[in-house]
Amino acid sequence: MGRYLLRRLGFALLLVLVVSSASLLLTRLAPGDITSEQALVLDPASLAKLRTELGLDRPLAVQYASWLAGVVRLDFGRSLLYSRPVSTLIGERALNTAMLASVALVLATVIGLPLGVYSGSRSRGVGRASVRVLSVLALSVPPLIGSLGLVFLAARTGWLPVGGMTSAAGIDQTWAQWLVDLARHLPIPALALALPLAATLERLQSQAIEKATREPFVAASRARGLGHAQALIRHAWPVSLRSVLGLYGIMIGSLFSGSFVVEVITSWPGLGRLMYDALKARDLYLVAGCAASGAFFLAAGTWLADVLLAFADPRVRSQEAR
Amino acid sequence: MTRRAALFVLALTALSLAAPLLAPYDAGLAFRDFLHAPPMRPHLQGFAAPVVHPIVLADRLEQRFEADQTRTIPLPWFGGTSDRPVFLLGADNFGRDVLSRLLYGARTSVGLALFATVGAVLIGAPAGAWAGLRGGWVDDAVMRVADFVLILPVIYVVLVLRAVLPLVLPASTVFLLVAWIFVAVGWPFVAKGVRAIVAAERDREYVLAARSLGAGPARILVHHLIPACSGHLVVQATLLLPGFILAEATLSFVGLGFPDPVASWGTMLAEAGNYNAVARFPWTLAPAVAIFAIVLATNLIASPDDRTS
Repeated sequence: MGRYLLRRLGFALLLVLVVSSASLLLTRLAPGDITSEQALVLDPASLAKLRTELGLDRPLAVQYASWLAGVVRLDFGRSLLYSRPVSTLIGERALNTAMLASVALVLATVIGLPLGVYSGSRSRGVGRASVRVLSVLALSVPPLIGSLGLVFLAARTGWLPVGGMTSAAGIDQTWAQWLVDLARHLPIPALALALPLAATLERLQSQAIEKATREPFVAASRARGLGHAQALIRHAWPVSLRSVLGLYGIMIGSLFSGSFVVEVITSWPGLGRLMYDALKARDLYLVAGCAASGAFFLAAGTWLADVLLAFADPRVRSQEAR
Repeated sequence: MTRRAALFVLALTALSLAAPLLAPYDAGLAFRDFLHAPPMRPHLQGFAAPVVHPIVLADRLEQRFEADQTRTIPLPWFGGTSDRPVFLLGADNFGRDVLSRLLYGARTSVGLALFATVGAVLIGAPAGAWAGLRGGWVDDAVMRVADFVLILPVIYVVLVLRAVLPLVLPASTVFLLVAWIFVAVGWPFVAKGVRAIVAAERDREYVLAARSLGAGPARILVHHLIPACSGHLVVQATLLLPGFILAEATLSFVGLGFPDPVASWGTMLAEAGNYNAVARFPWTLAPAVAIFAIVLATNLIASPDDRTS
């Protein structure tokens, strides 16, 4: 068990290294670099000087080797675009993405699981049917479409501010004001991310609980005199949770790719936007850093989900112990 | 479900090919006096062709249009020719007909997705079949690569791959380029399933019978094992298609897909994705509705707990 998780961790680190190296090399080999825009106005001599200062005139192998030497010491270099350490930049932005993603995950769980338990424990009725219709509709709203739709709704009605994490006016806000401002900016991107995930969770939870309620031990608990709701929540639900937990590992991936579009559309200053800006400017160290952190979060997420699953399901543990 | 999925893919193909027949105007045709013109409502008059009231610019600053109730123009599909344009879905910021662009955009967006899906199946299926049939190190190698591609942060990979190539390229080059990038990230989905099916089927009696009759591995693959995977292939294709349509929309939305004058659903959304414009001219979101409809159709077809079928 421990060895299995360790092996997975090693694989994740390798993935991070390969992904970041590949994106660094690809960006380096691509036509143009960070000085391409200055090249239009600068004379060749000062352009060459600038490129020497930035270390862009070194051969590819040397540049890569010096970058790699830094990475081993967890130094991802300096961003050419922002002239700040890549790790600081990524730290700030990753926090924003993590906040968005975790709020979306909580939202999806809070919406999806109860509705799934409700619709799965009923064999017919208007409630069940409407939950199913709603969930198929929500499932069909990918984050790109969802955020465009929500932005339209917000801009049309003026209920919520659109764009960014806080209002531009909020420079000298107090701490509490900033929090309120953030809370007003958060719902649109979070909901755009959460809707399809909530629907996925609802569907799976519904099927799982339907299966679980047919188990003999649920009937037995009913026979002992437990009410319908109690038998459902105390006995059927924990068992059904097993298959639902497995989904969280997959959801990390879709949260991640979804958050990129949502960040771009709602101007959320997250990792996805940073990567996008870095790519556009050919800021190769920042590109590599973003790709590394992207791969890291994805690997860490799936790893965490595996650990959770291993704890929740003894069968996984014994299987991997082989 | 397989049959419905196949019909759905066929319908999308037809839609993506039919743009020149269905679209009332050319995708690039701009009516200078009708920037952001609102959609016109068609009226039925007995058995005659449906008509619309032509609109005139009432206020250029406010971009306000008024319908001329005294005049009517028949719709372009019913032989109506008029010097005044008919916008059933409104016009965009260059005064181009949104409906025409939506139809031509389907050719680009859905066409690209279909191309990439076919590519992913054509590469993923043989790779998976080969791995499943040969087993051993081939199996290990192919599946390791597939697993590796599957856990990559797909959106970043696509962005990097697209961004490192020159940004300004002719539309046809972009089409092929983006399609190949999609194939590169899409084939493992197909390969993994095919490998599992082939590995399970290769020891079944009918394969053994074929082998004892002297059939070589190629014949067994083509005649016996690939048909066994056809259900999986159709399902995977149905799932990949909307994914690729969305990926194109995302790429073009952020300016890494097709260049602006090309009508694709992504470039159309890129123009619509401005906070102020979206609130005032909601009809520019038409491609979002189209994508929603396609994803919804896919979900209805692929829903596993469908008891009616």
